[in-house]
Amino acid sequence: MKVAYWPGCVSRGFTPELHGSMAKVAPLLDIELVELDRACCSGAGVIAEHNQELADTLNARTFALAQQEIANGADLMMNICSTCQGAQSECQERLDANSEYRAHVNETLSAEGLTYEKGIANKHFLWLMVEEIGLDAIKAKVKRPLTDLRVGPFYGCYIVRPTDRLNIGEEHPRDRYLQMLIETLGGTVVDYAGAYKCCGFPIITMNKQNSLKQAGTHLGDAADADADCLVTPCPLCHLNLDLQQPLAEKVVGRPLNMPVLHLPQLVGLAFGLDPKELGFNKHVVKPTSVIDWSTSVVAGVGDGQGSGGW
Amino acid sequence: MPEYTLKLRRYSPETGAAAYWEEFTIDLDGKRSVLDGILQAKDRQDGSIGIRCSCRAAICGSCGVRINGKPALACHTHLDEAAATAAGAGWNPPDQGQQTAVITVEPMGNMPVIKDLIVDMDAVHWKKMQRVTPWLLPDGDPPEREYVVPMESMIDVTQTMACIQCGACVSDCLSMEVDPLFIGPAALAKAYRFVGDPRDGRHEERLKDLAEDPHGIYDCTHCFNCIEACPKGVAPMSQIMRLRRIAGSDHDIDDRNNGRRHEKAFVKNIERNGLLFEADLLPDSYGGKFHPRAVPELLSSLPAILKALQRGKVTPKKALIHEHKADKAVKRIFEQIHDKDERYELNLYVVGYEDDIVEEGQEA
Repeated sequence: MKVAYWPGCVSRGFTPELHGSMAKVAPLLDIELVELDRACCSGAGVIAEHNQELADTLNARTFALAQQEIANGADLMMNICSTCQGAQSECQERLDANSEYRAHVNETLSAEGLTYEKGIANKHFLWLMVEEIGLDAIKAKVKRPLTDLRVGPFYGCYIVRPTDRLNIGEEHPRDRYLQMLIETLGGTVVDYAGAYKCCGFPIITMNKQNSLKQAGTHLGDAADADADCLVTPCPLCHLNLDLQQPLAEKVVGRPLNMPVLHLPQLVGLAFGLDPKELGFNKHVVKPTSVIDWSTSVVAGVGDGQGSGGW
Repeated sequence: MPEYTLKLRRYSPETGAAAYWEEFTIDLDGKRSVLDGILQAKDRQDGSIGIRCSCRAAICGSCGVRINGKPALACHTHLDEAAATAAGAGWNPPDQGQQTAVITVEPMGNMPVIKDLIVDMDAVHWKKMQRVTPWLLPDGDPPEREYVVPMESMIDVTQTMACIQCGACVSDCLSMEVDPLFIGPAALAKAYRFVGDPRDGRHEERLKDLAEDPHGIYDCTHCFNCIEACPKGVAPMSQIMRLRRIAGSDHDIDDRNNGRRHEKAFVKNIERNGLLFEADLLPDSYGGKFHPRAVPELLSSLPAILKALQRGKVTPKKALIHEHKADKAVKRIFEQIHDKDERYELNLYVVGYEDDIVEEGQEA
């Protein structure tokens, strides 16, 4: 499968291990990544807050660039950032709903010779795995099942709400995909209060106390439910849950020590890749419990490959 | 008549006992409402069940509750739908080994419970509503006859006027969960109702008040829970974003919460770099690296920054220089749209979806 690949900003900035692990996992899933290197930030909701037309035009440009790749043989557009998915879906909803508005935006894009045609398929890696590749095919590739690893899903907001815009329902239970995937990879899903709550990142510069209290509360709830780690499809959530975890600990007044994995890292781990290769060493909270688990399990199952550890 | 099981959250403060769950079996057609089910249980099995209701037609906003963990009007939710959700659709997988779908009904969140499914709206919702001065404050003497308001302006505030004060959005507000003082979605949507009304003469004062309050418009985390919760399509979060847009761009209100500075810094950052350069965004959101506001903030973030450097998440070079520069075409789009005299906003609540309109037309 060939995809027009939008990695977003943070996966190439402060969470380089996300972009890196995606690059490692893609070939194992036979995904060819054609990077949209001329596209720009989705605006993460902030540009839309500043000026809706600006956000819509910038994302229409990204879609138009992706559609050029689709014309050249890519199957669809793929992203690895929940926030991009949400922000882009919001813009796409407006662009697709109204032809006059679409023409107005395309007029701005025409200077560059670009046009957005209604109805692009833009899917997060999570959605793509379940809907395009299929859980059975993924299961067949598991080399090191996540047996006994207790994983808490942390969706964040942008990939689960609003449900009608994101087409979440019986046909596409996209709000269950993380749980389904964890189980497919052989892990144990941890049910805890924070799975669908906000990490607090959007207000980190406006109300730090509240922002970190949200992150700290969810991490604490996961710890209370005996999770070994969390997994998130959103690099911005990762910033608040991992990078800021030492500060969140102070706000909620308890040690947390909860490793947070990016989605491709969890998949890569089950596919037998080396934790270091997946960038585990770049996390602020060392995923020691996950690494210990991976080495101990590899000794017992599979071909023993990829047990390099640290 | 099909049977349904309702699992109600019971609580009577006067007994001194903790809240508990109690199951009731009811028999009603699946197209009757959860409220009808609760009222049948109350009528036939236990007259002490507490539920507030009035119109039974989704207009009075009295029967807001949480059904299967999600906020809803009890009178506006069919029993068969609720049973399907309880059976595993959406966010609520059935408990292991559970044989039949059990519809759980709880009181709303973020508000104290008075009894069973009745929450204290006065203590939270109505207090916050008062906070935003929910009445018109015109400037000068009233006109001799009526105020004349352009049609577009009234359509613009229609969305917020659709609010029935049920409190569903307040119940699920994730910011309020950690900060009970947050003014919250319902009241801020109401604030837009007056900021968007040309008859009101205190727009700037209202906006300054809401922007400067640490629990005001910049305390919203943009989690979409209120949009999802609202049974009337008010989209409170979208109204909060409009308040921010008008406060920052039209009234240049430099709030003490760094709300406008953050927005400006973010937009500038993307215009310059195309991709976000986080190392600049943080100090710029506080007014720049050497701004008196930025220094203590940066110092407090130092442990996180040092850890990131230590782990190789960020290299010193990457922290100082952003290698990515915005495409010329991106810069042109920023300039072209910023140069416009008026912002172009498409509100789908007002204009609708083209496909839907065409389909309706075909049916006709």
